[in-house]
Amino acid sequence: MPSRTGSHSPTGIGKSIPERGLLLLMVLVLLEGSVLPLGAASSPDISHQKNVDNHKVEDEKYNHTKKAFPVLDLDYHHIQTPFEISLWVLLASVMKLGFHMIPRLPGIVPESCLLITVGLLVGGLIKLAGEKVPPVLDSQLFFLCLLPPIILDAGYFLPIRPFMENLGTILMFAVVGTLWNAFFIGGLLYAVCQIQPANPSELHQLEILPCLLFGSIISAVDPVAVLAVFEEIHINELLHILVFGESLLNDAVTVVLYHLFEEYSAAGTVTVLDGFLGIISFLVVSLGGILVGAIYGILTAFTSRFTSHTRVIEPLFVFVYSYMAYLSAEMFHLSGIMALIACGAVMRPYVEANISHKSHTTIKYFLKMWSSVSETLIFIFLGVATVDGPHHWNWTFVTVTVILCLVSRVIGVVGLTCVINKFRIVKLTTKDQFIVAYGGMRGAIAFSLGFLLKKEQFPMREMFLTAIITVIFFTVFVQGMTIKPLVELLAVKKKQEAKRSINEEIHTQFLDHLLTGIEDICGHYGHHHWKDKLNRFNKKYVKKCLIAGERSKEPQLIAFYHKMEMKQAIDLVESGGGVNLPSAVPSTVSMQNIQPKKPPPAKPEEKALPKMSKGREEEIRKILRSNLQRTRQRLRSYNRHTLVADPYEDGFNEFLIKKQKMFELEKKIKDMHNYLTVPAAPPDSPTMCRARLASGRCTDFRPAQQQRGNKISPDPVAYSMKPAVDSVPTIQVDLASPQSPDSVNLMDEFRRADQQEEDQGLMMKPPSGQSGPNRPGEADRGREQQKLTRCLSDPGPSADEEEEEEPFLP
Amino acid sequence: MRPDAPRGTAAMGASQTRNEHKYHDLADKSGFSLEQIENLYKRFQQLSDNEETISREQLDSIPSLANNPIKKQIVEAFFDKRNQHHNEVGSCGEIGFEQFLMVMSHFRPPSLKTTEEEKETMRKVKLRFLFNMHDTDNDGIITLVEYRKVVEELLSKSGNIEQEAAKAIADAAMLEVASTNVPHMAPDDFYEGITFEHFEQILKGLEMESRMHIRFLDVDTPTLRCGKSTS
Repeated sequence: MPSRTGSHSPTGIGKSIPERGLLLLMVLVLLEGSVLPLGAASSPDISHQKNVDNHKVEDEKYNHTKKAFPVLDLDYHHIQTPFEISLWVLLASVMKLGFHMIPRLPGIVPESCLLITVGLLVGGLIKLAGEKVPPVLDSQLFFLCLLPPIILDAGYFLPIRPFMENLGTILMFAVVGTLWNAFFIGGLLYAVCQIQPANPSELHQLEILPCLLFGSIISAVDPVAVLAVFEEIHINELLHILVFGESLLNDAVTVVLYHLFEEYSAAGTVTVLDGFLGIISFLVVSLGGILVGAIYGILTAFTSRFTSHTRVIEPLFVFVYSYMAYLSAEMFHLSGIMALIACGAVMRPYVEANISHKSHTTIKYFLKMWSSVSETLIFIFLGVATVDGPHHWNWTFVTVTVILCLVSRVIGVVGLTCVINKFRIVKLTTKDQFIVAYGGMRGAIAFSLGFLLKKEQFPMREMFLTAIITVIFFTVFVQGMTIKPLVELLAVKKKQEAKRSINEEIHTQFLDHLLTGIEDICGHYGHHHWKDKLNRFNKKYVKKCLIAGERSKEPQLIAFYHKMEMKQAIDLVESGGGVNLPSAVPSTVSMQNIQPKKPPPAKPEEKALPKMSKGREEEIRKILRSNLQRTRQRLRSYNRHTLVADPYEDGFNEFLIKKQKMFELEKKIKDMHNYLTVPAAPPDSPTMCRARLASGRCTDFRPAQQQRGNKISPDPVAYSMKPAVDSVPTIQVDLASPQSPDSVNLMDEFRRADQQEEDQGLMMKPPSGQSGPNRPGEADRGREQQKLTRCLSDPGPSADEEEEEEPFLP
Repeated sequence: MRPDAPRGTAAMGASQTRNEHKYHDLADKSGFSLEQIENLYKRFQQLSDNEETISREQLDSIPSLANNPIKKQIVEAFFDKRNQHHNEVGSCGEIGFEQFLMVMSHFRPPSLKTTEEEKETMRKVKLRFLFNMHDTDNDGIITLVEYRKVVEELLSKSGNIEQEAAKAIADAAMLEVASTNVPHMAPDDFYEGITFEHFEQILKGLEMESRMHIRFLDVDTPTLRCGKSTS
């Protein structure tokens, strides 16, 4: 016991009351529990605690051998570590939640600033409570747990096209810029420390190599901080990718410089050979990282080829392989960040073609969730660590560091842009340069690297840490808070929110081919030529190996079209069929309007039918059915561990909510009722379906899309067919008891009914009640309704996804 | 390496002085630098076997073009009189170096000094070039049939894609144009096709002025030249 409290003595508050009972100890531990870090395993504190624990247990054994059987026991130590981890995560999530509740605050202060403030408060509270502040941001925890999700998220969703188009510029900033920053800051810092010989201070002991080490730590732009700020200011794609790409790729430089200077400051001397080895090491670290990442990426893609029977674990492969890539790279001291980026970027196109739509959504949400929790935790820990850290405030050193950081960043960016602009087609303007320079945030990576330094080797470690924290706070608070107003003041181009239209896609491809062709005619092999070569190689060999089935042969344009088709079918259903909702701009353009005067034989009926016609209704039916068939095929392949039950849950909950809204729409839709009673036509060939689908994109689609654009869709989940069914009195829809036991029987009944019609494939539970197939027509309608529900329930959140969303299409 | 290489350079040396004056005119007209014109001229001679004019077959036989799905349109664009800024229509059988250069000038990148208005003009010119590639019958409208043709060509090298798919894509695209530009249409109205204004409208987001460019060589880099197959 005394030794236990002894560990608290650094906090200054004596707690050596020896006769504290077990319960009191537990309370204390509980208090401390909210304090101890995620990475408790790595901290020396924990082993100590375990000892205490053991002692305690032994004590109990000897003292209370005849104790009555404990009815209620308290054993906090048993669950301590996971409990504390959960507490931290909970704190982070609640904080994130809370900020968006406060009105107007998120608009002014970036989230990162608020989180650091929370961290400071929490740290302060812990200190006030007299506890030892845990080493929350220790390097093990940071580099192995908190950083990878953020980087994987960035790598997986990296916009490849702009990234590759600007790769030269990004590399220039990341490699040359970081080198410049490191040496400029390190060198000048050393010079400043040597001034004032008359007034000998502690700074004079500082040698050149520790200074350079410090420079290399502080010079790297931090991806976490950059992401946090840039996601809020919605800057245009070019600037975003420049700053963000730089922050990702400078990792290799930082790793090498860090290890180099750490090594040398131990040795004390540097030779030319060492410098040469440093350059080699840089190449090995960066290219090795990319290679490791690419290998794991290809492995992931290859594995995902065979997951069609166990869809549930698909997302896991993505996460585990990526993490393995990161760890493997770290094992060899290669750049883990580059490995993760390469892994994510390589695997994505192939994995997305292989996995199901739901898995894709899962991956997306998991990545976003993890990365946002990690980010939140990192910023909170940064605040906690600030309170905790053994600080050594030296005015000269800190001020000079902050100023040098700013100056070297500005000089670096301006100087490099001069060179880069000679080669760039789209030149970087002064405004762009300013934003790139100003967006150079420093963050937790620098802090963690500083934390890694050993006190014995670097006596100035505490001063370094203080300076690093100051720089981080300066960039995150001052620059982070002012960058948004500045962007608006300078009228820097913002990101276009518009979605990609099919015309743009066609012309992007057209342009690619055109430029390749012109280059070929010009007779020199430019970017487009090599890109074309690579594309063809990819299509010919790589896709065949890594993508299962027919999709490997699918050209990009068709894939895009399918994606769009799917999205529009979903929109169509959700927006309420043919009903133009009042807020939407009604567009009355339909296929008939663009058809040539002589309609092609493939679809004569549309021409013949009036507006809002059976023809259109037919199209809707077609879309729904073709999607249903696909859905069904997918569901069939699930085994008992999979998501067969899924439609019952999310589908029905959704359905219940929707039903409420349905009644409001009912009046408007009554006319649709007639069309629904028309029995379904026999299914067409897939080709025909597709053709029809195309022509079905009439009035119905436009409003849906425009609504989404306006973001004020009043009733996004509404669809029209359902109330039409409701209005038929013979069908009793009792939605209130979807879980009632007799629904199982009904399911069976329906299954029988299903067998009669090949086209059926429903996992959706039918509404309980007397909805059995009374009359053939009725049954048909009932099933029609289910199809709709199924359709609605299946695509899940995809309807309002961003453009990277790729609806599942088998 | 190539048997005709020394001959080509010798001819160049002679023509260089002879054409010095002519180059200046062309530079003014097309906006290329003298160096770029020289490089393009070398290429032109290479393609035309040192003739004054170049024919469709000669462009067609460029080996690296063989895999380009829209090869036909590209070659056709060179012989399209509309791309020569002369307000003429139709196509010519053979083109000289000047015409070749004028077509190439559509692919010049904007520079830092380009003003906003110049950029706007540049965008229009580039878009007009694309538009002309689609509008094969030169009636100022890309009809559905023409658009379908474009998509079909675009997909033509991607294996056996059904005609239906290409048609469906073109139809969807056309419908998109129609509903963005003419949102209100009676059921029996007829959207004839994409006019240039509509074309501009739908490709607004693509930033043509900066994207539709290739790098023209400023310095002579013979290693990068792709040899035309010389038998």
